[in-house]
Amino acid sequence: MVETKAISYKYPGGRLIPYPDLSVQTGEALLIIGQSGCGKTTLLHLLGGLLVPTGGQIAIKGQDITRLGAKELDKFRGKHIGFIFQRSHFVQSLTVLENIELAAYFAGIPQNTNRLKSIAGELGISGLLHKRPAQLSQGEQQRASIARAIAHQPQVVLADEPTSSLDDSRASTVATLLQQLCAQHGAALITVTHDARLKALFKNQVLLS
Amino acid sequence: MILKIIYRNLLYKPLNALLSLLLLALSVAIISLLLVTGRQINQKLDNDLKDIDLVVGAKGSPLQLVLSAVYHVDAPTGNINEQKLLELTDNPMVEKVYPLSYGDSYRGYRILGTDTSYISLYGGTLASGRLFAADMEVVVGATVAARTGLKTGSVFHGTHGEAEAGEAHEHADYKVCGVLLPTGTVLDNLILSTTNSVWLIHHPAHHDEGNEKEAEAGHDHETAHDHENEAKHNTTGNRPENAAEAAPEKEITAALIKFRSPLGIMTMPRMINAQTNMQAAVPALEINRLLNLMGVGIAALQGIAAAIMLIAGLSVFVSLYNRLKERRYEHALMRSMGSSRGFIFNLLVAEGILLSAFGFLFGMALSRLGISLLNQVAKKDFRFTFASGFVQQEVWLLGITLLIGIIAAAIPAAKAYKLNIAKTLSDG
Repeated sequence: MVETKAISYKYPGGRLIPYPDLSVQTGEALLIIGQSGCGKTTLLHLLGGLLVPTGGQIAIKGQDITRLGAKELDKFRGKHIGFIFQRSHFVQSLTVLENIELAAYFAGIPQNTNRLKSIAGELGISGLLHKRPAQLSQGEQQRASIARAIAHQPQVVLADEPTSSLDDSRASTVATLLQQLCAQHGAALITVTHDARLKALFKNQVLLS
Repeated sequence: MILKIIYRNLLYKPLNALLSLLLLALSVAIISLLLVTGRQINQKLDNDLKDIDLVVGAKGSPLQLVLSAVYHVDAPTGNINEQKLLELTDNPMVEKVYPLSYGDSYRGYRILGTDTSYISLYGGTLASGRLFAADMEVVVGATVAARTGLKTGSVFHGTHGEAEAGEAHEHADYKVCGVLLPTGTVLDNLILSTTNSVWLIHHPAHHDEGNEKEAEAGHDHETAHDHENEAKHNTTGNRPENAAEAAPEKEITAALIKFRSPLGIMTMPRMINAQTNMQAAVPALEINRLLNLMGVGIAALQGIAAAIMLIAGLSVFVSLYNRLKERRYEHALMRSMGSSRGFIFNLLVAEGILLSAFGFLFGMALSRLGISLLNQVAKKDFRFTFASGFVQQEVWLLGITLLIGIIAAAIPAAKAYKLNIAKTLSDG
């Protein structure tokens, strides 16, 4: 589902960062572990098409996304990729449910509120859907982010430090839920983290140095 | 969905939005009010001016003379001698003279003594009845009929002066012989009769008094020299009709004059003002002067409205720009969810447009409210109401308001357009 080949990235005025080749299949989960500043987030942004690599190829669902134009890339990202960020971002003026609905809106697929509600049920946030994002706790916000990331049935879910702001028990719950739901909804999951607590929870791991 | 995001976002910071909205509405309201009333005042002034080249009346303020004799909104300057006026206007340059006598009213509506040609001057046509033919018969304007309930066959007393509750002339009845259709001119607010009717009301004993004076003068004369004339005077004294015809003190309030040639308008006023105790005023000039005076005030209001509009634009800009910092995560998020740069740009511009559109709507509502308040005053003082219909320039006003919203949103939108998503998201 996701295949990378010799990708590298160079920030303006920075050094060239080469990345190892990755391969993740549908329903699989991959944990990329690395120290702060080793370029984990950059890798995730490259995979998600938020940054364009200096060299190499990234194939998602057979499409080399490095060859897409800006608009096509935006569309591709909206349709096939779901993001979870270290600090959860929401459109603050919308409710949690509306934020989740936004994913399907930008993906250009019809809203399926029942499906969203069942996802929310699996994540244990059914009662929070009509609240504002700011009224939720960190853990609840992260769960809502997971719901949003898989709401539009993406092929790939990219998670950036999804647990770093959570305590031990919540971290493991969120990480487990994330894997379960991605597998269940047929999405490949790539998680980057420096959080050693997650090592025990992921079968496939890559160490970034 | 996009509309939902926009209005939710505006409601998210309601005070910011409200401030921008109020400023926009206020400037739109002032400008719209000026447009609507300015145009109608000009139209109304023009409409009532018709082809009147000159107003002749007693000496005093020329503007007052014009306002009172043409627009019937001010008190008259005094009376003039009809005979002298007729001598003056017996001139080939003069096409038509409309004599006007007034001073009485019925429930605040002026009773105007004139002749029927005054009605045709304003294109008045009868809704019912006929034009006045005899003294004490009146034709009432459409507004007067509607507001007072006078109709053909009604009988009423006039009151002295212009106040609604004045001293009634109970010794004389006016009889309504006709009602006019609305003309949109000053005619609608008048009660029209013969010049003689007004004169009769005020000088019921005029004939006798006049004769007595004349007789006395005659007596003096007689005592001094002339015996032969005594009989003549006495005879005249016994025949009031003749006395009335000859009475030199028959007065009217003012006269409207239409010239045959433009030469009249150049020579006649100077001649009247210099050589008689009457005053001639050119209404077009006086109204121009009035409009120029009003123009200063209107220009000041326009300036204020434009300044408020500018500040409203700034306020839209500031509220969008200030929130840009906190909203950049939202924008990056939306980008990560697949929206294009253009979408984010449009989102912000649409917010500006929505604000200005609502500002325009509220402003229009406010201006209509203003017109109805203004009408309550105008109806009482000038017997004039402004139509609250839309004027064409208001379409321009809508365009300008929207443009201001767009311009105010353009800079924040351009900044959001150029947002570096990857950097913003990793900052967070």
